[in-house]
Amino acid sequence: MNIVVLVKLVPDLVEELTIDASGAALDLTFARWIINEFDDHALEQGILIKEKSGGTVTVLAPDLEGADDVLFTAAAKGVDRLIKIKGEFSAMNNHALSRVFASAIQGLQADLILTGVQAHNDLDGSAGPLLAECLQMPYVGYVSGVSTNDGKVAVRKEYPGGLLAEMEVTLPAVLGIQAAEQPPRYVAVSKVRQTMKTATIEEQDASDPDPCGGPTIGRMFQPEATAHAEMITGSPEEVSRKLVDLFKELGVL
Amino acid sequence: MSQDIYVVIEHLQGQVLDISYTMLAAARELAQSINGKIVAALLGHNAKNLAKDFADDQVLYLDHAALEEFTSDAYQKALAELIGKDQPRAVLFGNTSIGADVASALSIRLGLPLVSSCRNFTTDGKFVSQICGGKIMAEGELPSPTALVTMVPGGYQPDQGRNAASPSITESAVPALDSLRVSLSKYIEPETGDVDISKEQLLIAVGRGIQMKDNIELAENLAQAIGGVVCASRPVIDQGWLATSRLVGKSGKQVKPKIYFAMGISGAPEHVESIMQSDTIIAVNTDPKAPIFDIAKYGIQMDIFELIEVLTEHLKAVKV
Repeated sequence: MNIVVLVKLVPDLVEELTIDASGAALDLTFARWIINEFDDHALEQGILIKEKSGGTVTVLAPDLEGADDVLFTAAAKGVDRLIKIKGEFSAMNNHALSRVFASAIQGLQADLILTGVQAHNDLDGSAGPLLAECLQMPYVGYVSGVSTNDGKVAVRKEYPGGLLAEMEVTLPAVLGIQAAEQPPRYVAVSKVRQTMKTATIEEQDASDPDPCGGPTIGRMFQPEATAHAEMITGSPEEVSRKLVDLFKELGVL
Repeated sequence: MSQDIYVVIEHLQGQVLDISYTMLAAARELAQSINGKIVAALLGHNAKNLAKDFADDQVLYLDHAALEEFTSDAYQKALAELIGKDQPRAVLFGNTSIGADVASALSIRLGLPLVSSCRNFTTDGKFVSQICGGKIMAEGELPSPTALVTMVPGGYQPDQGRNAASPSITESAVPALDSLRVSLSKYIEPETGDVDISKEQLLIAVGRGIQMKDNIELAENLAQAIGGVVCASRPVIDQGWLATSRLVGKSGKQVKPKIYFAMGISGAPEHVESIMQSDTIIAVNTDPKAPIFDIAKYGIQMDIFELIEVLTEHLKAVKV
């Protein structure tokens, strides 16, 4: 089975976010690009399937700062083939990104394509279902379990309240991963460094990006809170005393 | 091409989901600003009775055995036909396990624009989307000709979208739903676990800030000292540090305790939507800009590890 994992890089939310001079986009000049956390789960799920049922795992990532790290880390975890798509991705919407990915995937004979169910900066849908339709493949998202079986996959899909649905999907298919069956594995930096010496990143040029289908943003802003918590200040001792009083006041002590 | 706002009703196992009513409330606001009417699109099988409390102007009902429970493939086919034929001004979906699975495919298939994570519409009909974990809002004109929109909760109360008397139901034709590639095998009901956090009065909630599995014990000790129960946000559950039955959020439980004590939880929208019915939210976080402080009644800007053991000791002293 040929498993392909798509990785999207997103600005790290730990860093301060600012709006650029146009007022309609994030200022990404100093952004730190990291792997979308759901894509990390998709990668883990891909490796788990390979370990259980055999096959190969190929990872595709857009050429943004940090892509090499993401790809070499994937190789250190057990991925077979690394592909970096060259192009200008920092402001690309998901319609364009999924068309670029779709064109890059054509030659890979993918049986199963895995990607994160969403990313925090999605404004025009998530990449997975857009890609699935570009490739005319079925899509199931919010997946937290996958088992392969003779031209099909059985997936566990999450619904509100902890309800799960088991669905059967014919291959080839695209799945949007919410959580891998195991937490993404840890790989030591030394092992990643070692991998850098042996693994190769193949490069492909992006096809002409077509953003058609994404909305035009007129304005971006940081939400103004209508309310803010009353802050309890002091040393841990003082705060604890105040909390105990508060708990008494609220009738739970 | 009309000015109608279509709302794709979401339901599971015979229950209409709250997001459907949130969308109907949003549609009401949008319909006023663009002078359109609201059409609830209900897809199901022998499910007409679900359309009994929609605050809409019309219900379109699509009946087919393959639509009895949601699957992406059948919904996409049925909706592609409906939207292509009727060409409404906008179609609202939930940004959920149902809506998000179909809206993107329809955007590509029908060549229509898609806006995701919309929280509300402005009085002049612009969409406002919530991104970057709730830290950034993006506003724009509703794209033409038919805007496909996925909605997140938070902008409207579900009750605003309910109405005791739903209008008449019109049956709409369903295309052939054959060669489907996705099928439902079965539902797996949630594990009940040792406790039902949706019924607990005092919840000690831990998020990414708890850092590692061994630290869960600190939260357990605190919970024991105050007589509460530990629950968690998604990252903690995904690491396998607590059972799935303790998950608060989009795929987990909605909670409504007297006190929700949130430690190291930033307050991402998917989490916040599930805790808003708590009586009192108290949040501890090192980041003064964490969104959790905007919804908490009381806040403490502090490293949770500086506070947790000291607080536990104080509580033990009171209880003795």
